[in-house]
Amino acid sequence: MFDDLRDLYQEVIFDHNRNPRNFREMPNADRKVEGFNPLCGDRLTLFLKMQGDVITDASFQGSGCAISTASVSLMTEIIKDKTEAEADALFQQFHAMTTGKGDDANLEAVGKLAVLAGVREYPARVKCATLAWHTLDAALKNQQQAVSTE
Amino acid sequence: MSTFPVEQIRADFPILAERIRNKPLIYFDNAATCHKPQAVIDSLVHVYSHEYANVHRGVHTLSQRTSEKFELAREKVQHFINAASDKEIIFVRGATEAINLVAQTFGKANFKAGDEILISAMEHHANIVPWQMLCQETGAILKVLPMDHQGELILAELDALLTDKTKLFAITQMSNALGTVNPVKQLIAQAHAKNIPVLVDAAQSTPHMLIDVQDLECDFLVFSGHKLYAPSGIGVLYGKQKILEAMPPYQGGGDMIRKVTFTETDYNSLPYKFEAGTPSIADTIALGTAIDYIQHIGMANIAAYEAELLEYATEQAQAINGLRIIGTAKEKGAILSFTLDRIHPHDIGTMLDSLGIAIRAGHHCAMPVMDFFEVPATARASFAMYNTKAEIDVLMQGIQSLIEVFG
Ligand SMILES: Cc1ncc(COP(=O)(O)O)c(C=O)c1O
Repeated sequence: MFDDLRDLYQEVIFDHNRNPRNFREMPNADRKVEGFNPLCGDRLTLFLKMQGDVITDASFQGSGCAISTASVSLMTEIIKDKTEAEADALFQQFHAMTTGKGDDANLEAVGKLAVLAGVREYPARVKCATLAWHTLDAALKNQQQAVSTE
Repeated sequence: MSTFPVEQIRADFPILAERIRNKPLIYFDNAATCHKPQAVIDSLVHVYSHEYANVHRGVHTLSQRTSEKFELAREKVQHFINAASDKEIIFVRGATEAINLVAQTFGKANFKAGDEILISAMEHHANIVPWQMLCQETGAILKVLPMDHQGELILAELDALLTDKTKLFAITQMSNALGTVNPVKQLIAQAHAKNIPVLVDAAQSTPHMLIDVQDLECDFLVFSGHKLYAPSGIGVLYGKQKILEAMPPYQGGGDMIRKVTFTETDYNSLPYKFEAGTPSIADTIALGTAIDYIQHIGMANIAAYEAELLEYATEQAQAINGLRIIGTAKEKGAILSFTLDRIHPHDIGTMLDSLGIAIRAGHHCAMPVMDFFEVPATARASFAMYNTKAEIDVLMQGIQSLIEVFG
């Protein structure tokens, strides 16, 4: 029935929505930033554990749509053991991919995250996918205040 | 009501022939804005083709022709809500501008620090924010009449909230987020017993029920044309003549003056005092046409048919596992707001869109209502006279299927 949506809602997205990875509070986090999308009410808190400039652990809490939940769940997996610079490079590529500016080379660079490329055809949903990454960006810049997509 | 000529009505709305994502459009976002019958579209074309000039300013024939049609629309609005005089009908951009107008004129002139403005827990942001802004400017205080978990006002608390400091009670006749229809006549009587004026937000109610401002005795009533089968950009502020006369003007400019020198200005009489500048001429005339269209079908018939649609949709929705209806008041207009277990409204919206179904997913400009029900957002199907039970069937099948897909 929803054949047209197969590019947007891939099985991986349903899987991460059903069983989000790293969905937990991190009491000893080095960085903790909140992200908020006022348009849909999505809210998440991102926790990072740092060693030097390496992200040694990432987790999140909050609630959102399937796209935003899958996006943050995938992100916490992929940024683990990355340096800040590597994570930032991923953010740039992810951003380019979801806003339709990325080429296919970028799709390879983002690896697993490529399942979210479908949002570029749904302008109303791009922010759902990018909320996690804007929140990460703020955390890497060590901003304390909440991030809003608006 | 099986005699309601819904197929004939559907044929009057050209957009209903559109295909969305290769499926026939099923439009259930009528509470946000509704579609226009051919007569209204034709009316816009006719105005620009045959009777368009500026209003109230020309001696030339074309301007007189336009002015006559423009004023005829005012009379149609007057009769539509049964106002005592066409002087009480002020044309504005929409419900939002009408409320801001009252806040910035009536409010600013009459409210001072410590005064109270009473609204309800189910207001649209348009009936919250203008009052908050006024409170910041004047030091007045915003009070809120609470509701219960059915989405009904807690009327037992009203009396205590109408105090000798209350300067205005601003209340919606029908909630856009919940569908609740409030007993405004009774609320107005209760406020008037304490000499408190009442503003009724009729943005949602005007397309669904007969409104008689003299029977209600409301002091102000506001609505938007675009939710009433008319173009966007035109709306109405009704005010009792005595109150409007005592109010300072809103914006300054052409049309709202009688005589201007550099030292002073003589304001025009009602309704022009509140209509500075060139109005939305063609849209106003087309609002008159929309009212003709509605009256031709008959508001009582529309209301009965929509009630049947709502009952049908509600019954089907209640049978779906994991579906929670938000807003279960006894008196409801044709709005079905709901959430699904573990499926975010935005996913519902995107999935239904792929089936050609337009619903609203979000906070519906009523964030305090979302907070009250402890949901980030809801999905909302809102019905109009051109919707059918067959469309509701497609919606319900869509909901069932997306629940399965999400697993
Ligand atoms: C209850 C209510 N009041 C006010 C408004 C504001 O109307 P407009 O945006 O046309 O000014 C709306 C529109 O959604 C509404 O539903």
